[in-house]
Amino acid sequence: MFNILEARDLAPGVRYVRVEAPKIARRRKAGQFVIIRATSDGERIPLTIADSNAEEGWIALIVQGVGKATKTLNRLGAGDAIPDVAGPLGMPSRIERFGTVVSIGGGVGTAIAYPSAVALKEAGNQVISIIGGRDSSYVLLEEEMRAVCDEVYPTTDDGSYGYHGFVTDKLTDLIEEGRHLDFVLAIGPIPMMKAVAEVTRPHSIETVVSLNPIMVDGTGMCGGCRVAVGGETKFACVDGPEFDAHLVDFELLAMRNRAYAGFENTRLDEMDQECDRPQLLPVVPGGSA
Amino acid sequence: MTEFTLKDRMAMARQKMPEQEPVERRGNFTEVNLGFTAELAVAEAQRCLMCRRPVCIEGCPVGVQIRDFIGLVAEGDFDGAAKVIKLDNSLPAVCGRVCPQEDQCEGACVLGRKDKPIAIGALERFVADYERLNGIATADAPPVSTGKSVAIVGSGPAGLACATDLARLGHDVTVFEALHVLGGVLSYGIPEFRLPKEIVQAEIIQLEKLGVTFTTNAVIGMIDTLDDLLGEEGFDAIFVGVGAGLPRFPAIPGENLVGVYSANEFLTRVNLMKAYKPDAETPVYDVTGKTVAVFGGGNTAMDAVRTAVRLGAAKASIVYRRSEAEMPARNEEIVHAKHEGVEFRMLANPVEFLGNEEGVLTAMRLQEMELGEPDQSGRQSPVPITGSEWVEDVDMVVVAIGNSPNPLLQKTTPDLEQTRRGTLVADGVTGRTSKHGVFAGGDIVTGGATVILAMGAGRRAAVSINDYLNTGEWEIEPEAPLVG
Ligand SMILES: Cc1cc2nc3c(=O)[nH]c(=O)nc-3n(C[C@H](O)[C@H](O)[C@H](O)COP(=O)(O)OP(=O)(O)OC[C@H]3O[C@@H](n4cnc5c(N)ncnc54)[C@H](O)[C@@H]3O)c2cc1C
Ligand code: FES
Repeated sequence: MFNILEARDLAPGVRYVRVEAPKIARRRKAGQFVIIRATSDGERIPLTIADSNAEEGWIALIVQGVGKATKTLNRLGAGDAIPDVAGPLGMPSRIERFGTVVSIGGGVGTAIAYPSAVALKEAGNQVISIIGGRDSSYVLLEEEMRAVCDEVYPTTDDGSYGYHGFVTDKLTDLIEEGRHLDFVLAIGPIPMMKAVAEVTRPHSIETVVSLNPIMVDGTGMCGGCRVAVGGETKFACVDGPEFDAHLVDFELLAMRNRAYAGFENTRLDEMDQECDRPQLLPVVPGGSA
Repeated sequence: MTEFTLKDRMAMARQKMPEQEPVERRGNFTEVNLGFTAELAVAEAQRCLMCRRPVCIEGCPVGVQIRDFIGLVAEGDFDGAAKVIKLDNSLPAVCGRVCPQEDQCEGACVLGRKDKPIAIGALERFVADYERLNGIATADAPPVSTGKSVAIVGSGPAGLACATDLARLGHDVTVFEALHVLGGVLSYGIPEFRLPKEIVQAEIIQLEKLGVTFTTNAVIGMIDTLDDLLGEEGFDAIFVGVGAGLPRFPAIPGENLVGVYSANEFLTRVNLMKAYKPDAETPVYDVTGKTVAVFGGGNTAMDAVRTAVRLGAAKASIVYRRSEAEMPARNEEIVHAKHEGVEFRMLANPVEFLGNEEGVLTAMRLQEMELGEPDQSGRQSPVPITGSEWVEDVDMVVVAIGNSPNPLLQKTTPDLEQTRRGTLVADGVTGRTSKHGVFAGGDIVTGGATVILAMGAGRRAAVSINDYLNTGEWEIEPEAPLVG
């Protein structure tokens, strides 16, 4: 069992979950993920490691409750335990001294981009961070980013906070201002990553995205996570999850991620009904899920 | 006990394995074969001619003392029979169910020349089940510790067999498994209706009683490298039995459409993640009333197609590029699949999968094949017939054309020599690899093979690991026969 040391809300439906996992905390590198199961009959789901502390022996996960598995996890709190955490999995982010880099995070993607932004800064890069959110409540980790990055630009779709517009609008501004950009890392919803790729493509700015296909084992055994990159089939769990944004087939990824949409909806409906019945779910200390 | 003459014995008919009726079993995941009763087992054992030179034993990759155990069954001493089997085979309840007996012991049986061979697999299964169900299996008490420790990477049949023997010798054994469930292919691949998971669990509990430690969720190569295990973790030796778990795809257009599965994914969702149960949390493509095609001719293909039948497919077929004679699957699986209504379409191969604008599979383009010259495997190789392509509707496709070794471990262990196919180079007898203190066996060395061959390799490696731990000597004959 893996103990949950802390769990708190970051944004509506988004939780920060700190899990005791000393070995993983020591081994993980930026960009890697774990596969967890929240309950003993739960689904195996991949979650990027957002932070870790080797001395204290924990890893942090940022969980957006979208399906039953993530929503179940988000009902747990400090003192609860989850049966399975396997990792670190996947290839670490490519961290080099590129020059000026832009780290773009959309919603929960910011949390995933954060460790790479830290590592890129440590590698001697000038790091610009663009943090996008639907509205101000989804602009995550701004303070943390400010502590490590040279420039930070929050953006909101509705203009409720920071720059009014999409992350790509801010990125375009930077390019048009004549800023020389050597490398872009974009992590967020598929349409956002695709849009970033289209902005940087004409300028030949090297761009990397972190993909989130449906996974089962996370070790290269099932092929469920396959993505097409430059016309070739890749297994995101072992060959990725980060790939060259200019070569990724985003349409395919979006279609594959919809494969079980109907099933998920049924499970979520059942879950909502269960919610009405008291005592069925564990008490969440300090949580408001 | 009645004495039978040779003539009496030869006149007896082979006992038939009782099984669930096809109509009934098409709708459930419980085991198809029901197993011999004690009466049937004794009657079948009495057919044995007790050959002076039992060729059946030569046909068994681990040399089970078949004649002796069958003799004991004929006398009604099932407990004694179990002890004899266990001397050579630590997983008889599994092997009795999944070994390709027709190519091994039963294929060698002299009775088979004129009539039907002894049902050795069914008898092995009976004896093992009898022992388990009657709680006779007394786990040996953990022996005195030698103070040496061995890490086993992978909990499939190779790893489990190696762990058993080393634990019995008093070594401190820890098994590391990447998944959250132990057993390798026995748990995630082979379905419940052919190998109930409680049997695999029972074997693992026996091993725990022997003092073996199991660590799940441990992906070696990622959380610890082999060097970490030998270094900071302090293990004296390692056995690598990570199997051949990387599914191959045909590299044709449309293979990434929704509805195209590897057999590994389809079977893992259904077996490991229990997607066949109505309240399962893990989904699988809903095939109720749909058309399913499975590509391949091995056990994996049979398991996948029969799983699709049970999930409610209206039409399920095996599409194989050679002819039925070349199919590597066990005979019994082919027969069972046919009785369950699976259509067998030979000499056909997919060239393209077609989908709709949602990216969902709707059809497949197939091509007719003919058999040409024999290839490396000795089987006639399939050759496409030009201009023979056609398109037909299909809702789900499962690709079961084989697995390659998973390179995860090798990536972080550059001094572990591998072949061009990605299998590990290991001595065929001792299992020693190119890396000091590291042994390997099973599918990771041979490529996808069988449970019994993996077990045999695990046991041979245990002998040589024990030698190494006792003597500290590490030499591999460069001339030794290398498998791979
Ligand atoms: C669907 C299917 C049906 C089959 N049917 C039959 C049959 O009827 N009869 C028969 O004889 N054979 C059958 N086989 C073949 C047989 O199952 C294999 O030959 C056998 O299981 C190989 O054993 P193994 O121990 O080498 O590997 P596996 O059983 O593959 O076990 C390897 C284990 O290692 C784990 N692992 C992998 N990488 C790592 C890592 N880096 N760290 C930690 N753990 C790791 C895996 O998760 C797995 O649990 C079938 C195979 C399949 C897929
Ligand atoms: S998740 Fe199974 S191969 Fe990647």
